[in-house]
Amino acid sequence: MSTQARNTAGQPIAFVSAQALRARMHDAVNDAHLRQSFRGAMDFLMAKRAAQFPDEGELDSLRGLSEAIRQYSLTKLPDLLEQLEANLTRNGVQVHWAETPDEANAIMLDIARRHQAKLIVKGKSMVSEEIEFNHAMEAAGVGALESDMGEYIVQLAGEKPSHIIMPAIHQTKQQIARLFAEHIPGVDYTDNVDALIQIGRRVLREKFEEADIGLSGVNFAVAETGTLCLVENEGNGRMCTTVPKVHIAITGIEKVVEKLEHVAPLFSILTRSATGQAVSTYFNMISGPRRGDDRDGPEEVHLVLLDNGRSQAYADEQLRQTLQCIRCGACMNHCPVYTRIGGHAYGTTYPGPIGKIVSPHMMGLEQTHLLPTASSLCGACGEVCPVKIPIPELLIRLRGEANSAPHANPAMVGQGAGYDAKISLLWKLWARLYARPATYRAFTWLATRFRFLTPKQQSGWTAARTPLKPAPRRLRDMVKDRR
Amino acid sequence: MSARDRILAKLRGSQPAQAKALPDLAAHYAPRARGESKAERLARFRTGIEGFHAEVHVTTESDWPALLARLCADKQVGTLMFGAATPAGRRLAGSSVPNVELRPWAGQFEDIKADLFHRIDAGFTQARGAIAETGSLIVWSSAAEPRSLSLVPPIHFALLDAATIHPTFYDALVSENWAAGLPTNALLISGPSKTADIQQTLAYGAHGPKELVVLVINAEGDAA
Repeated sequence: MSTQARNTAGQPIAFVSAQALRARMHDAVNDAHLRQSFRGAMDFLMAKRAAQFPDEGELDSLRGLSEAIRQYSLTKLPDLLEQLEANLTRNGVQVHWAETPDEANAIMLDIARRHQAKLIVKGKSMVSEEIEFNHAMEAAGVGALESDMGEYIVQLAGEKPSHIIMPAIHQTKQQIARLFAEHIPGVDYTDNVDALIQIGRRVLREKFEEADIGLSGVNFAVAETGTLCLVENEGNGRMCTTVPKVHIAITGIEKVVEKLEHVAPLFSILTRSATGQAVSTYFNMISGPRRGDDRDGPEEVHLVLLDNGRSQAYADEQLRQTLQCIRCGACMNHCPVYTRIGGHAYGTTYPGPIGKIVSPHMMGLEQTHLLPTASSLCGACGEVCPVKIPIPELLIRLRGEANSAPHANPAMVGQGAGYDAKISLLWKLWARLYARPATYRAFTWLATRFRFLTPKQQSGWTAARTPLKPAPRRLRDMVKDRR
Repeated sequence: MSARDRILAKLRGSQPAQAKALPDLAAHYAPRARGESKAERLARFRTGIEGFHAEVHVTTESDWPALLARLCADKQVGTLMFGAATPAGRRLAGSSVPNVELRPWAGQFEDIKADLFHRIDAGFTQARGAIAETGSLIVWSSAAEPRSLSLVPPIHFALLDAATIHPTFYDALVSENWAAGLPTNALLISGPSKTADIQQTLAYGAHGPKELVVLVINAEGDAA
């Protein structure tokens, strides 16, 4: 159905190749304007988050609790998905399952066709980005319009979100003003933010009224009650799930929790970690379509549960921790690499540290084997993660999977994609050398004598640094002299 | 095999034999369910929601319709829509609100959709309760007060009984046992709709109400 390129596992390929990734990152790092806007935005978000956690004891307790809830839910995942399906069905929600993006798009296109839908209005959903929903609908002649202000801007500009919470963070108000003046009939240039938002409101309210279907993501799905929870500030999520006759929600299979009370701490730590808000404007809990004597709400509600590589992460005890994520974006806000290159350079739906650990499962390591290396392993992401995902450890693990000899781990799609026989041999020699004190002494003796033979060009190292050269004297000799 | 069966089979194939222990939420929340007075709880709620740009007015059971009438006049509300089949709705229907057309919700959403979007200036609903910790209103939709009443009109007036303010969200949903029966739509509302999507600049009135006005009754006395 789709014309997307595929990798060997039949999964869609990233819209930039691994080879192009280095070039993109190089360009981003040298874009002073981009760096300045991300630096400012990330400093702002970090300060706002810090202000939400004045009491370290409370933060520790809440993080521990949130981690425990996510891990508990994951150990019961298949049971909870079945319980969720049963309770949603009882509530009148139709549940669909999709292994791949194509399957998910086909399910939703089928619903759209059944309702002869012309326009689908969308609340913010990263999973819909992950499956390229807009393009799939467009290809089939169905309009898909983003209604989150940031997503609307990004869609008008023909771009992808550069941040999972603040999609248009890379755009200045002047750029947005030009975009609106150019694309919205009858709108003159204004860079007054209030005026721009009111323009967006006016345009999109018409669309809410007109749309046949509303699409949304899901922040938490509650198994015991069959409830879909949505976190938002703008009210567009409520519009999409209230006004059109049909509501389709799409989510990854990992978002389910068992008990309704489990959402209380997760919701609290989500908004505080994400945007430094004590609470979002709306917490929208949907337990079914219009029923009984209800006067409004959609007549049909659908939930699409998407795997897309999540079951691969689930299969490994260490990598399973990736699925604890509640998509707050704090890891990218605190990442020195993300702050310097912005979200687009990664070329994946999910940028930043979380993107580096989740994308390999969605797209395979052939396309993503460089991503885990785009990190200084400073540990900031792991330190702020509200559900304590050990992101640096997972990055090291994925580097290992990417660079180990092919076929070492068939369970991981694309394992060995970054394998280089020469580098592998070098490391083996290094390991032998360092494991044998006598050989090591002999090596260092030779290295100090023949240091003039050290090459001036040392591959990637000398691209931005002076060449490495052994010291004229060994440490052991200098220590001996001092005695 | 269907996609469902394949996904579940994959997960079951690698599911840990032993589930982790059920997390202990009560231990985390216990120190925060402090024995504060009704007035203190209301004060915390008020500080919270005012911080999110909502307007809060403390009034009484007997005076609130008159206050609502005054606020409508101040805000130049021409038409106010409300649910007539609630205790508050019956009070309102029997009150005099000069210069404001009081319009009870009638019929299905589709019948009044165009009016809701273009001709109704304000919606009035009761709040089921509130949350002191975050400054949030709890609003449950019902046949009498449909969900769009607190969403589509530019101003949302909410009537809150101070005795229904809970310390935290956790306290609200556990003490009232929400898990036993949720309406099709339950909401926490903390201020008018807003966005900071353009250069992190906060702007109110994104897609939902531009103003949220809370009328608090039963604030006097200390019995919760």
